[in-house]
Amino acid sequence: MANEQQAPAETKKTTEPQPSKRRFGWLNEAIVPLLAILTAVLIGAVIVFVSIPGNKLPTFDLNIYGSRSDWFFSTIPERLRVTLSAFTGLFSGAFGDWTKPSTIPVAISNTLVESTPYILAGLAVAVTFKAGLFNVGAEGQLLMGALGSVAVAAFMPQWFGVASLPAIIHLPAALLAGVIAGGLWGIIPGYLRAKTGAHEVITTIMLNYIALQVMDYLINGVMKDKSATLQRTPFIHENAALPRIISKATDPSLTGGQAYPRLFTTTSSTWDLRIHMGIVLAFLMVGFIWWLMNRTPKGFEIKTVGENPEAARYAGMSITGTVVGAMGLSGALAGLAGTSQVIGLEYNLKAVFSSGLGFDSLAIALLAKSNPIAIVPAALFWGALRTGAGAMQVNTGISINLIQIIQALVIMFIAADQIVRWIYRIKQAEGGKITFNRSWGK
Amino acid sequence: MKFTRARGVGLLGIFIAIVLLFAVNNSLGNKITETSKIQSIWDFTSTIRIPDSAKLKEDPKAPPVAAIELPTMITISLICGALILVGGTLIAKNPERGWVAPYMSSVIGFGFFSILLWAVANNSVDLSDTLSRVVRLGTPIAIGALAGIVCERSGVVNIGIEGMMLTAACFGYAAAAISARMIYGESLPANVVKGVVWLPLIIGILGAILTGGMMAALHAWLSIRFKVDQVISGTVINIMAVGITGFTRTNFLLKFESPLRAGLPQMPLGPLADIPLLGPILFDHKPITYLMILMVIGLNFFLFRTVWGLRTRAIGEHPKAADTVGINVNRMRYRNVIIGGMIAGVAGAWFSLEGSFGFDDGMTNGQGFISLAAMIFGKWNPIGAFGGSLLFSSADALQLKVQAYNFDLPSQFMQMLPYVVTLIVLAGVIGRAKPPAASGKVYEK
Repeated sequence: MANEQQAPAETKKTTEPQPSKRRFGWLNEAIVPLLAILTAVLIGAVIVFVSIPGNKLPTFDLNIYGSRSDWFFSTIPERLRVTLSAFTGLFSGAFGDWTKPSTIPVAISNTLVESTPYILAGLAVAVTFKAGLFNVGAEGQLLMGALGSVAVAAFMPQWFGVASLPAIIHLPAALLAGVIAGGLWGIIPGYLRAKTGAHEVITTIMLNYIALQVMDYLINGVMKDKSATLQRTPFIHENAALPRIISKATDPSLTGGQAYPRLFTTTSSTWDLRIHMGIVLAFLMVGFIWWLMNRTPKGFEIKTVGENPEAARYAGMSITGTVVGAMGLSGALAGLAGTSQVIGLEYNLKAVFSSGLGFDSLAIALLAKSNPIAIVPAALFWGALRTGAGAMQVNTGISINLIQIIQALVIMFIAADQIVRWIYRIKQAEGGKITFNRSWGK
Repeated sequence: MKFTRARGVGLLGIFIAIVLLFAVNNSLGNKITETSKIQSIWDFTSTIRIPDSAKLKEDPKAPPVAAIELPTMITISLICGALILVGGTLIAKNPERGWVAPYMSSVIGFGFFSILLWAVANNSVDLSDTLSRVVRLGTPIAIGALAGIVCERSGVVNIGIEGMMLTAACFGYAAAAISARMIYGESLPANVVKGVVWLPLIIGILGAILTGGMMAALHAWLSIRFKVDQVISGTVINIMAVGITGFTRTNFLLKFESPLRAGLPQMPLGPLADIPLLGPILFDHKPITYLMILMVIGLNFFLFRTVWGLRTRAIGEHPKAADTVGINVNRMRYRNVIIGGMIAGVAGAWFSLEGSFGFDDGMTNGQGFISLAAMIFGKWNPIGAFGGSLLFSSADALQLKVQAYNFDLPSQFMQMLPYVVTLIVLAGVIGRAKPPAASGKVYEK
């Protein structure tokens, strides 16, 4: 599964200028991430194999098996079967059950929907990696972006005292509000880092917790939907929503009287998909960041400051400006991720909104080696893993947390690529080590 | 006029003082109604009681040793006035060094005190209980900071303390629960039901220490053997901790029934605990809190008075020089990172065996990161880090304390207080704090 995911987009990588002109240069670069994923998934399989819950196996009976280890070994075929079904469940959850073609569009659409915030948040983290910063705050920036956009999308007509605004004003305003809110939340740690030397890892984590409390306060306070029993904001106005690409007509009575837009309307439930224009936005952003990083002086500045701050200072670049700018851009991208979730998918903001997206996006950026194009396959892989995990849990009773273990292992193997190279006997490539501005002070 | 750190901190202090003053004025003003006896905001009083801890055991209603009655508004105005005055001096004089940290600590400390007075206007608060809570909640932060000091003094940045604590909390609890089941079976025998079941709890603490050490060994292996960037390697630890503990909890701990019902007990130290004020603060705690105080003093001694400490500091400041005199830098770093992880394991045990009994997903709640901030605040010194921990834990204690009163500030703002304070302290202090020179740098011969 990992191979299928990674391969097509890696071919795109060749469009980037490569230091070596060898024909399969990209393969050399992709082989370690692929093997890292493979190894992590294999270890995950071992964990599943060992820890299958007892109700999926023959019960342990002292009279039949004698000891616990005898029982363990006698269950091996059954364990293998369950382990296999865990991974087929993972696959069919992510890409549909291929024996039943009607499930395929929904599953793939779910994977893409799941991947959308990952692409944007992964890009956000990748930008800061390029600048030598380690932004763990995507989570908080995403929350602030979601809050900003929902404030505009749900309440802006009230501010002007009208019933509704035309989509051409309302939708861009909602997007902009999310981007600005996220960007400001990113500028805070950037400014602190540049001016006071406070390490961004700690400040961004603190800001994540603060953002969570701010959201809790607003959702229970001024932004609460008074008519709802759940803690959530009112539904956003239909003119502020990102359209779905193809789905059935929704029932307005379920969504607070709002009829949300879609590009194509269908009546068949096979094509009733959740996929929305957010994915298009995400792809546009991938292109934009690639262009910014590789074709503009600003991108060059960011990369120089990241690789060698001393040289950048010597060349007359503003370190402060670049660090603040990179963090702001990163926050804006994360904010956009939150925005697309709110105005494209959920249509309101609930108390339980994002779970662990900040750390996931770190993993994605590391997996893609901060290459904006490679973010896409990495995020798709992650989205597939997340979508499939639910089906896996149903199949085997193995907790979804397994995915987090696999995720940590992937990062570990990517960061310590010597381990992978040592396991598979691959020669060391030159350069390409990830490092950050490491000490606590300035 | 140049904008410097001292001026920034002065400005922030003045801002906080003015906001506080207005907020208190406003909130107390709202409390005055036609029917109430109080007609002016200046008539509010906050009472601070110091209970008689010796007599309290026999008679819960024993009169307090002292009950200080402070006029709320006047006291807060005086505090804020003084803070504004010093802040103004800071802006005008722009001192080079030595002023920023004390001023910031006093802004935070006195600010908390004012909030406490504000919350208990026309009411009373038990001072010794509040302060003992500060020490209690400061325990995991202080221990985590010690773990960070051991690692960073030897040149390895340890962002993974949070993860080490979390895993240790999970497996420490698991060790205690499972060993209790193995020793006592389904339920505790009648003669130990009322007493404290020490053996499984000690096994739990040891299990937590071992787990912390193992996670730290992974961190050391990645960052020393494979020269992975230490921030990434710490992040790996943090993410893996969330995965492993969540997986263990849902797959095993939730289904496992243990006879153990309570964690580590309160252990008042005999007559010492009966001293008014001082007794409850220092001598009436649970075991790990005492252990924390011993560890702070112990690490201070070991770090600055022993060969091990000298070598540790040497490899953190100038590994090359240390190598030339025959210290094996990498072996020393391995050892220290693992020791640091074991210390973090003790903090983990605090969460699941002392602070509360049981394990919850993400129960460390960012305390590991706060302890790193405490370490930086204390300039990589055990005693200083202890002070920093108390500063941060007082935010937590205050937050829990004011929940009992009818307080105007929304609870969410009180809950974000520890994180805001951490942010302010980090931004204000760090430029003055110098980390060990080789901290974060891979050593290559």
